[in-house]
Amino acid sequence: MSTDSATGSATDLGLPGLRTGTEGVPTIGEGETQTGKDFTSDQEVRWCPGCGDYAVLKAVQSFLPDLGLRRENIVFVSGIGCSSRFPYYLDTYGMHSIHGRAPSIATGIATAREDLSVWVVTGDGDALSIGGNHLIHALRRNVNMTILLFNNRIYGLTKGQYSPTSETGKVTKSTPMGSVDHPFNPVSLALGAEASFVARTIDSDRKHLTSVLAAAAAHRGTSLVEIYQNCPIFNDGAFDAIKNPDTKADAIIPLVHGEPIRFGTPLESGLGSKALVRDPAGSGVLVVDSADVDEADVLVHDAHHPDPSTAFAISRLTDSGYLNQSPIGIFRQVERATYDDQARAQITTARGGAADDDQQSRLAALIGAGDTWTVV
Amino acid sequence: MTKQVKQLDRVIIRFAGDSGDGMQLTGDRFTQESAVFGNDLVTLPNFPAEIRAPQGTLPGVSSFQVHFADHDILTAGDAPDVLVAMNPAALRANLGDLPVGATIIVDTHDFTARNLAKAGYEANPLDGDDLAEFAVHPVDLTGMTVAAVKEFGLSRKDAARAKNMFALGLLSWMYGRPTESTITFLERRFAKVPDIRDANVTAFKAGWNFGETTETFIVRYEIKPAPMAAGTYRNITGNLALAYGLVAGGVQSGLQVFLGSYPITPASDILHELSKHKSFGVTTFQAEDEIAGVGAAIGASFAGHLGVTTTSGPGIALKSEAIGLAVMTELPLLVIDVQRGGPSTGLPTKTEQADLLQAMFGRNGEAPVPIVAPRSPGDCFDAALEAARIAITYRTPVMLLSDGYLANGSEPWRIPEVSELPAIDPAFATVPNHGDGDEAEFWPYERDAETLARPWAIPGTPGLEHRIGGLEKGDGHGNISYDPANHDYMVRTRQAKVDRIAASLPPLEVDDPDGAAKVLVLGWGSTYGPIGAGVRRVRKAGYQVAQAHLRHLNPFPQDLGEILRRYDRVLVPEMNLGQLSLLLRAKYLVDVVGYNEVRGLPLKAAVLADVIGGLVAEAEGIEVDLVTSPAGTGTTDGEDDIA
Repeated sequence: MSTDSATGSATDLGLPGLRTGTEGVPTIGEGETQTGKDFTSDQEVRWCPGCGDYAVLKAVQSFLPDLGLRRENIVFVSGIGCSSRFPYYLDTYGMHSIHGRAPSIATGIATAREDLSVWVVTGDGDALSIGGNHLIHALRRNVNMTILLFNNRIYGLTKGQYSPTSETGKVTKSTPMGSVDHPFNPVSLALGAEASFVARTIDSDRKHLTSVLAAAAAHRGTSLVEIYQNCPIFNDGAFDAIKNPDTKADAIIPLVHGEPIRFGTPLESGLGSKALVRDPAGSGVLVVDSADVDEADVLVHDAHHPDPSTAFAISRLTDSGYLNQSPIGIFRQVERATYDDQARAQITTARGGAADDDQQSRLAALIGAGDTWTVV
Repeated sequence: MTKQVKQLDRVIIRFAGDSGDGMQLTGDRFTQESAVFGNDLVTLPNFPAEIRAPQGTLPGVSSFQVHFADHDILTAGDAPDVLVAMNPAALRANLGDLPVGATIIVDTHDFTARNLAKAGYEANPLDGDDLAEFAVHPVDLTGMTVAAVKEFGLSRKDAARAKNMFALGLLSWMYGRPTESTITFLERRFAKVPDIRDANVTAFKAGWNFGETTETFIVRYEIKPAPMAAGTYRNITGNLALAYGLVAGGVQSGLQVFLGSYPITPASDILHELSKHKSFGVTTFQAEDEIAGVGAAIGASFAGHLGVTTTSGPGIALKSEAIGLAVMTELPLLVIDVQRGGPSTGLPTKTEQADLLQAMFGRNGEAPVPIVAPRSPGDCFDAALEAARIAITYRTPVMLLSDGYLANGSEPWRIPEVSELPAIDPAFATVPNHGDGDEAEFWPYERDAETLARPWAIPGTPGLEHRIGGLEKGDGHGNISYDPANHDYMVRTRQAKVDRIAASLPPLEVDDPDGAAKVLVLGWGSTYGPIGAGVRRVRKAGYQVAQAHLRHLNPFPQDLGEILRRYDRVLVPEMNLGQLSLLLRAKYLVDVVGYNEVRGLPLKAAVLADVIGGLVAEAEGIEVDLVTSPAGTGTTDGEDDIA
């Protein structure tokens, strides 16, 4: 497992013998190769210069060949917003749908077809405001798809109103005296909906982003990946604390499954100056000085724990105001039966091996059943 | 004692009781018995939106009306000949609908001071002269039921619950209904609770035997089977026929059906029914809301399934934006609207046809959607297949407008031969369609010259990767286009595609026996029965009137304008304030006359006959006197007699 990126990596699932997220999706033939170019459409990309979306698009285009899946079996679905233009720039099947509804459309696609790798691209307004209901229900159902939630903490396409992840007090066009809305923490929300895979990454950390994408794609079920994404026009600098080389060591709490959670400016020992421990007075977790704590008391991250409580407690360490501190990595990754696999299994069971060419006679039997009488 | 047997050509019975009394089941069983016997029949269930409204009150009354006859009939009947009232509220709520001379069978058990007060009676109506105009039979149905099922050791409450089967047994005796199907039904339904099963069967037989032995009822009635076209029949409700039609749409197109739906009255039974048919590859997805239901259906259609969503008017309002997406992406989609009284929550369990303009125009932008409507419960099967044909052939969402009356009402249905059902070809795109050789590309909006349909290329098809969405498409290539001329062209093209469906429709059938009528009655949807019955009544009285009924509301049949202009007066009866009238006036500049009622109930044939008669008088400059049917048929009005 590679850990040399600032935020570490966590692609080792450590789960034995489970179906992966892409099982059932046709792969390219032996000897065939794909490159990022194969996944790049002929459409001109139309985001603002400096938008974080470019970095995510590039990372996804470079990463998709690694999956080894047939291009025609990949579907990207998006809602409405800046990030939702994403499918137009990928040479796969795709649908740019309507505001907030992408998870429901993707649910139909994923349930109908096991042989498709289904991806949703959405933003903080799309997924958490107008489409909040579909997001939480997709997560609880655990439909096999990966949701990339681009969180720039602002409405971009409508030109700069506050979003459901904007900090309280934010001054925007629609809140000249400051927003009085309390923001959502997308990771806490997803964990509350019992999502089976919840991660957070950063647009500018290509290596970490890619490792999280790989883990999300490999996960069978709904994978929610929150991507901190800078909007240079309407919310520039929202993530500076976690991007600035001088401050990021103290701002990012790296989560790597099986590793003690330490962060902050390294001590002489090379270990981070801060660590997470369980709060002896409650159910949460606390940030303490590494020097004040025994090695054995440092919280070891367990993304596979069936109970999401600790993952939730860790998610609460995210600043809800200006982002001076945020856990980054895979919060939760547990095995749970998916909606679509079970729905298809019910159909298989009901068919009981009935041949498809038998359908007309079975239809005749169906509509001709019950109390009938014949007139001659 | 010897009983008289009297011949009748038709009877209308209404079973009425508390919403927990099992009146729907009682009516349904009586209907099945009559269907198996071979009568023609039409039913009208009528129940409150509350699952169990306060017991014994007027709002809690649930009823089931069945009209059965020895000839072809079209409606559930305007007024019951027989009312079975299980409590004071049921009597009071239905008394106003009874004609003079009607028979009333009352369960006296619940005529207590408390229940009389709940129903708003100051004195017991069975005691005074209030019911003198009717033939009243007070019978302690509950008491006799409890006595009959004593041997099974049930609680008094459970024992009394079988009173509906006692009543059914009595009525089955009175009208000579075959009993085997009900006994088989009860044995199956209560197989797991032998005490309850035996109590119900016993109560049913006790009711029959009571009729046989009592001196209260001295006449039995005989209604002979109705002549019907050769074939095998079953009784069917609209929702069941619609669900079967959707399964058939999947079989006939070779597509798997995907239903995305959110429960809503009166459409939920379609979801329930389709969820039983996974063996046909049908997926039913109970979504988190109406929008997710249609969203998932659109996703499934994109993936190559036949996407369907079922709902009622309020659900259509929520789905509007997504239906617009299906218009823009030009994907097959069936949108089933089982209309109910509106606006807002309105009358959830009552019927209405006031969503026509919502179906037609209820979206942002120019978003044409084809509309089809069934005319009777059994016709819901054919309408669903036709909707599937249009959706798949033309790559478009199609709106199917059923209503609460069709959904829950029933009629004998001649079971179609599957081999005679139309085949539907999804014609998936498999190869590039634009340019030649190595340069060949897939253009998702390059259209079929005849239908203007775009190609349907489903994920998994190599080389045809493409992106669609809600933004305006460039003609042909389908990439985003903000070009003014392109938008104008695409708006017109989407409209032209829907208009071209008319070329695939058969000529509109006009029933004008002598070709001499000056008045045409034009309807759509569930008003078919009452209009037909009203027309028969007018013809029977010796006057000319023509009738036509629209299956297709958008586009209209190509010959509709010419037909409208052929008549001096065109009457359009609707259960709304004139929505089809508005469309006809706008499109054809014909001054149609509306007859409009929004009472949550089907139109009455007798009322329509009077309205038609008035128009005939105007158009022909004559006096019109509608003679009612000859006396002695045992019926109280004659709207359904054959002319």
